[in-house]
Amino acid sequence: MNFLGSIGFLTPGLLLALLVLPVLWWLLRAVPPAPLKRRFPAVTLLLGLDDRETTPDRTPWWLLLLRILAIGAAIIGFAQPILNPTDRVVGKGPLLIAMDASWASAQSWSARQDKLVELLRLAEQDNRPVAVVHLTDRPKSDEPLAFASASAWVERVDGMEPNGWEPDYSAWRKQVSSQAEMGFETVWFSDGLSRNERGTFRKTLADIGAVSVVEADVAVLALRPIGIADGKIATTALRSQAGEERGIVVTAIGPDPAGITRVLSRSESLFEADHLTVEVVMDPPSELRNRVRTVSLDGIRSAGAVVVTDDSIQRRKVALISGTREQEGAVLVSPLHFLRKALVTTAEVIEADLTDSMLASPDVVVLADVGKLTEPETKALTDWIEEGGTLLRFAGPRLAASEIGQREEHPLLPVRLRAGGRSVGGTMSWGSPKKLAEFSQDSPFFGLSLPQDVEIRSQVVAQPDPTLSERVLANLQDGTPLVTGRELGAGRVVLFHVTANTDWSNLPLSGLFVQMLERLAISTRKSGAGADELEGIVWVPELVMDGFGRLSSSRVLAGVEGSRLASGTPGPDMPPGVYAAGERRIAVNAVGVDRELTPAIWQAGTNFLSLQRSEEKPLKPWFLLLAVVMLGVDILATLWIGGRLVRRLGMVSAVMAVMVFHSGEPAYAQDQSALLQAANNTVLAYVQTGDAKVDRISHAGLLGLSTELFRRTSVEPIEPVGVDLERDALVLFPFLYWPISVSAALPSEEAVARLNLYLRNGGLILFDTRDANLNVGIGGGTPNGRRLQKIAAQLDIPVLEPIPPDHVLTRSFYLLQDFPGRYANAAVWVEAAPPDAELVEGMPFRNLNDGVTPVVIGGNDWASAWAISDRGQFLFPVGRGSAGERQREVALRFGVNLIMHVLTGNYKSDQVHVPALLDRLGQ
Amino acid sequence: MNQPEVIHPAKLRKDAEAIASGFPELLAHARHLAATLSLGHHGRRRSGPGDEFWQYRTALAGDHIRDIDWRRSARSDAHFVRQMEWQNVQSVHIWVDRAASMTYRAEGSIESKADRARVLGLATAILLSSAGESVGLMADPEPPKHGRGQITKMAMHLAESTADADYGKPPAKEMGRGNLALFLSDFLGDWDELVEALSRAADQKIEGCLVQILDPSEEDFPFDGRTIFESMEGVLKFETRRAKAIRDDYLIRLAERKAALEALAKRTGWLYTCHHTSVPAQPALMWIHNSLAGAGR
Repeated sequence: MNFLGSIGFLTPGLLLALLVLPVLWWLLRAVPPAPLKRRFPAVTLLLGLDDRETTPDRTPWWLLLLRILAIGAAIIGFAQPILNPTDRVVGKGPLLIAMDASWASAQSWSARQDKLVELLRLAEQDNRPVAVVHLTDRPKSDEPLAFASASAWVERVDGMEPNGWEPDYSAWRKQVSSQAEMGFETVWFSDGLSRNERGTFRKTLADIGAVSVVEADVAVLALRPIGIADGKIATTALRSQAGEERGIVVTAIGPDPAGITRVLSRSESLFEADHLTVEVVMDPPSELRNRVRTVSLDGIRSAGAVVVTDDSIQRRKVALISGTREQEGAVLVSPLHFLRKALVTTAEVIEADLTDSMLASPDVVVLADVGKLTEPETKALTDWIEEGGTLLRFAGPRLAASEIGQREEHPLLPVRLRAGGRSVGGTMSWGSPKKLAEFSQDSPFFGLSLPQDVEIRSQVVAQPDPTLSERVLANLQDGTPLVTGRELGAGRVVLFHVTANTDWSNLPLSGLFVQMLERLAISTRKSGAGADELEGIVWVPELVMDGFGRLSSSRVLAGVEGSRLASGTPGPDMPPGVYAAGERRIAVNAVGVDRELTPAIWQAGTNFLSLQRSEEKPLKPWFLLLAVVMLGVDILATLWIGGRLVRRLGMVSAVMAVMVFHSGEPAYAQDQSALLQAANNTVLAYVQTGDAKVDRISHAGLLGLSTELFRRTSVEPIEPVGVDLERDALVLFPFLYWPISVSAALPSEEAVARLNLYLRNGGLILFDTRDANLNVGIGGGTPNGRRLQKIAAQLDIPVLEPIPPDHVLTRSFYLLQDFPGRYANAAVWVEAAPPDAELVEGMPFRNLNDGVTPVVIGGNDWASAWAISDRGQFLFPVGRGSAGERQREVALRFGVNLIMHVLTGNYKSDQVHVPALLDRLGQ
Repeated sequence: MNQPEVIHPAKLRKDAEAIASGFPELLAHARHLAATLSLGHHGRRRSGPGDEFWQYRTALAGDHIRDIDWRRSARSDAHFVRQMEWQNVQSVHIWVDRAASMTYRAEGSIESKADRARVLGLATAILLSSAGESVGLMADPEPPKHGRGQITKMAMHLAESTADADYGKPPAKEMGRGNLALFLSDFLGDWDELVEALSRAADQKIEGCLVQILDPSEEDFPFDGRTIFESMEGVLKFETRRAKAIRDDYLIRLAERKAALEALAKRTGWLYTCHHTSVPAQPALMWIHNSLAGAGR
């Protein structure tokens, strides 16, 4: 297969422009790159140097080539090239398109349909008659292959669906060989699975004409029917191609207690590398398990990936109740022994008294030789049966002696009983023990073979009633009913007229007993049951699965003979689905119990067509993109040649980044040089609130404070900077001024984490709510105050107190007692003194803080008081007259004290020791 | 219709502020720089006429007999001469090159050569003035003076931005015999003019130092590609096809120029150093201060 295929041009005329390329080459060659003009005082030293560089004044050839290629790519791009690697089925004459159309094709069905349409269109162009057949359909032997015009087939493609079974090659082989003289070519849509007859069918087709095969290259996945192992649902997932590891999800779906279909259980499994199968086990609780209707592979639309369930996974809850108390050691004569043995492997057996058993909501209640029940028990049982329960009763001496149901019909007995009962074949009676009669056709037991050695010695006898005959499920050879049953509401009552142990008959010892229980849907069939259990009954399809694994209830399909059902292989006459007879349901699945998936093997030299639809792929954008990329490279190369690359690289990459990512992000505020500046100097910083006015005031305020610090102290800060909490590194700034603004966004979690780190490592934040004029303190009475509370709630802020009169801030540079800003008289809060701080004798101050308070909180709007313009004038008035000037001076002094405190820590605090030191020096 | 031109007071003030704007900044910078060398008022640390005792030295032939300190000589066999610390006021002439070439500032440099030269010159003047010496600019025909007024005057003069020629040369100024001089320039101009100016100074028995201030890019020549190099005023031009190829030649030329400057300085008894705008100004100021203190010894 040619990978590139053919390239066509929509406007091939444009390609003539390629002729201009040599001219361009000549032109570009003649124009050297423009020189760079550069002012350089040391040019005097350069004068007279001879330029030894021999590079000609011409563009280097590779740059020329790059440009020519870029222009060439653009020209070709505008000529609109189109990549069209369509698989061509070359040939004339009729074309047979044979589709496997099995469940394995369903996974890639839409791709197959697309490919089919494409092939049909090609055939239409070539005027070839076409026949499309589904090999899963039954060939109509009397009708030849219907070759028709391709356009007629195109219309039908949408309606085509795969079937849920596998193709029948042998039947089709006969069909096509009968028309071999037509000499048609064949395209075979294979589902990719190997089958015995595939090779011979291919050979037959190849004898008639060329054969091309269309196959999907993805693995076919399927699920084997589920079974019950150790009480768990177990199945095997299959794949047709061993390969890499692949995870699968298997879901069990069914109605929940409310009747809504939903996923009841999920299981994830992994195909190991080079393994074709994987065991899948699901262990839902038995209540849920009984509700499972389908088990399917998630995400695979195929009948092979869906398994419908039948009775075999149902485990009914059977409550066994006997009238006699069990005696120790007398196991074999216990009325329940044989029932227990028969049921325990296939059903969940509950053994308790009736009241307790009813609480467990059993499906079946077995009363073995139970006579009278109390009124509430009878009521409860009747209600339970009417809601769908099955009551199975066995006769026995107690039932016979209880005289229930003799005079009138008892709700918990199917028939009226005659007093006494009868005993045959015993030592004290005439006649021989009775045998069972053949089951009638209406009987649920119809088809079961009768063992010859089953004998009935005693039984209770039904009262002959007009309704008796329709209630009889099994007769003895003399016509006496042995098993009777009656519908009651949604449930039923069944009575075995013998005991459940061997007292009255040896029926419980026979295999028939188990089969009868099974037919009564009391115990459940083991999976893979023999044909004899199915035979003789016509099974009606209840749910039918199509090739995609969709279930639909079917009313139009005819019933299926039990023998056909026993074969288990679905086909046109028996689509996969659920088949029902009476109370029993049998599932027919697309994939058999022992199915293996192996990829089809084709004879060497088989012509394969890609399943991918070979669409026309316009190449224009790619060529234009190539041209743009080459021009971009040209820009870089030109810069490089001109020696401008290194310098401009940053800019160019920034521009490219903007071009590529279209990022609307503002440029990173702190660039390298700003960081260096900050690291090399003392810088006061403020938090950018995003409110331009507030930020401007903060900047001007810190500028004013910096200027005063420079003037008055040895602290010589450079111009203050604003920091973006979300972005900027805080470590370089000893001091942060944070004006609270309602409009500012709350810091993100990362920013909070960094702020906390900053505070812990000795940074100081001056929070300023700037609203002390409102005179409510910082307690959250103002919008800014509430905002501050919100921010502070996230931060690692210690216990606060208003600045005590002996705090270090009052004397770290100037002696101060109040800390006004633009507003005065509001309390300023700092980290509280430790509770054990005490005034030591002879020392003027307590030794308060062994460190810098991490926060100072106030609302005096200090920045406004400090703010100066670029020319050094104060921006905002403070107070009135000389008192105002004094207030501003104190505000500045507070600023100086604060920065001194930040930078020197508790140095001034240590001055408390001065008196002691002086004392020691003897002064 | 001819309207009489009205000079708006606001505009006048704005212009005046713009003109004066550089001045306090320059002065502050220079003061800040000078403050890093807080030397205090002290002597010249060399013998000469003065009142303070400097040292005894053994008398040599040619010493006047009245210079011999008999009290000291009586304590040993040799004769000693008592020397006083030199305390006469020095006059220092400062030339700050303000030609166009000094305004060069390569991309990435923090300040221009002219900025650095002005700050260095003024800081030196402040230091000298505070040490009691007289300072003056070469461009100023007045003789050097000392005191705050002189510093202010110099600062105002330096703050004026004038770029008249491509390359500067030391102006001819009558300097007193034994005066000191400080030349701050990139010394990239015509060599002969420089030689002539220095010779003229040497003829006047002037000693001093040459500080060559260069931009880092002039030292490294980090250029490549086809380039036309122009002098700042565009008078001189040089075109190269690949700047990198002539880098080595350029560096050799630069080294030659430096060596020639040093040799010239040595011949005339001057001191020479090369200073780059990329490094802090303090070391250069220290060098200037020490050199001027040692010059003329």
